[in-house]
Amino acid sequence: MAIKEFFEIPKRYKTWSFALIGVGVLSVIIGFIMYGASENVHDKARFWSTMLHNSVYFLLVTNAAMFFICATTLALGGWQMSFRRVAEAISVAVIPLGIIAGLVLIALVVVDPHIYHWLHPEGDPILEGKSGFLNSKFFIIWTVLAIVLWIALGYKMRKLSRELDNNPLPNAEAGRKYIFKNTVWASLFLVWFGLTVMSTIPWFWLMSIDAHWYSTMYSWYTFASSFVAGMSLIALYVVYLKNKGYLEYTNNEHLHDLGKFMFAFSVFWTYLWFSQYMLIWYANIPEETVYFQSRITTEYHKGAYSFIFWATVIINFLAPLLILMRRGTKRNYTMIAVMAVVIIFGHWLDFYQMVFASVLKEHVELNLFDFGVAAGFIGIIMLATGNALSKYPLIAKNHPLTKESLVHHA
Amino acid sequence: MAVKKFVVGCFDEEGVLFDAVKKVRKAGYKLHDVYTPFPVHGLDGAMGLRDTSLHTAGFIYGITGTTVALSSITWILTSDWPLNIGGKPHFALPAWIPITFELTVLFAAVGMVLTFCYLCQLAPFVKKHHFHERATDDLFVMVIECGDEAEITNFLKNIGASDVNTQVAETGWWFGRYDKEEKAIEYKNETVLHN
Repeated sequence: MAIKEFFEIPKRYKTWSFALIGVGVLSVIIGFIMYGASENVHDKARFWSTMLHNSVYFLLVTNAAMFFICATTLALGGWQMSFRRVAEAISVAVIPLGIIAGLVLIALVVVDPHIYHWLHPEGDPILEGKSGFLNSKFFIIWTVLAIVLWIALGYKMRKLSRELDNNPLPNAEAGRKYIFKNTVWASLFLVWFGLTVMSTIPWFWLMSIDAHWYSTMYSWYTFASSFVAGMSLIALYVVYLKNKGYLEYTNNEHLHDLGKFMFAFSVFWTYLWFSQYMLIWYANIPEETVYFQSRITTEYHKGAYSFIFWATVIINFLAPLLILMRRGTKRNYTMIAVMAVVIIFGHWLDFYQMVFASVLKEHVELNLFDFGVAAGFIGIIMLATGNALSKYPLIAKNHPLTKESLVHHA
Repeated sequence: MAVKKFVVGCFDEEGVLFDAVKKVRKAGYKLHDVYTPFPVHGLDGAMGLRDTSLHTAGFIYGITGTTVALSSITWILTSDWPLNIGGKPHFALPAWIPITFELTVLFAAVGMVLTFCYLCQLAPFVKKHHFHERATDDLFVMVIECGDEAEITNFLKNIGASDVNTQVAETGWWFGRYDKEEKAIEYKNETVLHN
């Protein structure tokens, strides 16, 4: 059987990605005129919150693809080899998204549109106590370092993967060496990932919006959100490429395992969501419950974001739990595609709530501006991923573990 | 109990066994079961066994556990014996979630183990017929329901069985028996990597 090694970007795909980017750019411009350029503190915060929410969410989602590659590499996994190039291509989008997110985050500190109030710790003993960590210098250095190293280590992993495309391994010994080299670089990425996405970066970028408040679950919670959305994005691309007649060696056995990831990490996300919620509910300390004030409606007060807060639980927990539980759904291309879109949207909404319920606590202003900016980021992901897919072969045919993937049986 | 006659073929290797299973089914003989020392990936597919319904049973046990936990705790703590615990409302749902989860898992796990034992007809003090002792060690044992004994014996020898014999065994001891339904044999296009 002959295979189609290279992805040819369909015209419609290209048109769509450019159209979406156009919508995004237009939204940012209109948003800037309507909100960002305003003298009103509230409007200014509205504009920058949208930028923060979208750029951070989509950056973390695409970066999760590289995390997936490195985690499976370190575990000597073979099953993912038949579609590994898809995850690699998605991780290319970390480059443009990282640059955009980096600029937005630096602007948040430099322009200071009243999102991070730890920028002015004077007279506030709690913020002064935290200022060794929460200060603009460290924030900028750490942010830039995080993004640059994600890009650099990701680039190295992709390069290692392509190394064998035109020169097959001569013998088993060379194969062992190659695998070892991969594990070393993958573990470097994972260590850095652990120090950033799984701990410090969510503290800096998102949790520090509520600088007085903290939760030890927060980084895991953010990671779980971005990872499950990242797996959904990979699954979505696998289904898309299968529909176009590519990825001949990927079949429903691989899709089944991707579905298991989507299912399992939806449950994992809920586990963290609930752990964070229940501990705060149980202890009932004002310093901690303040986080849920704008997010939950009780008989004593109304939280503006209550609807979105509970909607995310239904979309991100109940729907995947009940729908993806069946074996048949995880092996069904249509269902996986539908659930992938649902999960990506659900976690986008979750990030929205994480940012906005802390900045604009009074009422929800979710409107076309947010969706327009999100469309722009989706366009960038489509463009970067499509280009990466078309540039290099879709299957790493000389990789020592590829054969394991071809006979994979879930 | 119904007693039946079986032709038992022993195979030394997994690869031979796979082909043999396909050939036996194609020839139209009725496979009783195949006993292997370890779980063989894809053998259930080759044998044409339908998917097990054990997981559906597990789901039902699970939601039974959820319902039992939530309804009993609710009844106890809101109407039968309401207690003031840390000033929380009587209906303190978040506090009950961990227990609800535990009971869901407990019901699903215990229920599935019992169902599994029932489906495999396993119970304490019940002696099952072993077609070959080495099936738990290093031999792949295929059991076919007997029709024409000589014909099947020959057939098995031809497709690579290292040893063939005939045995009489009980088919089941429980009410009714778990019949392994078979699907019609189908051929999938298998993909092979070309360099």
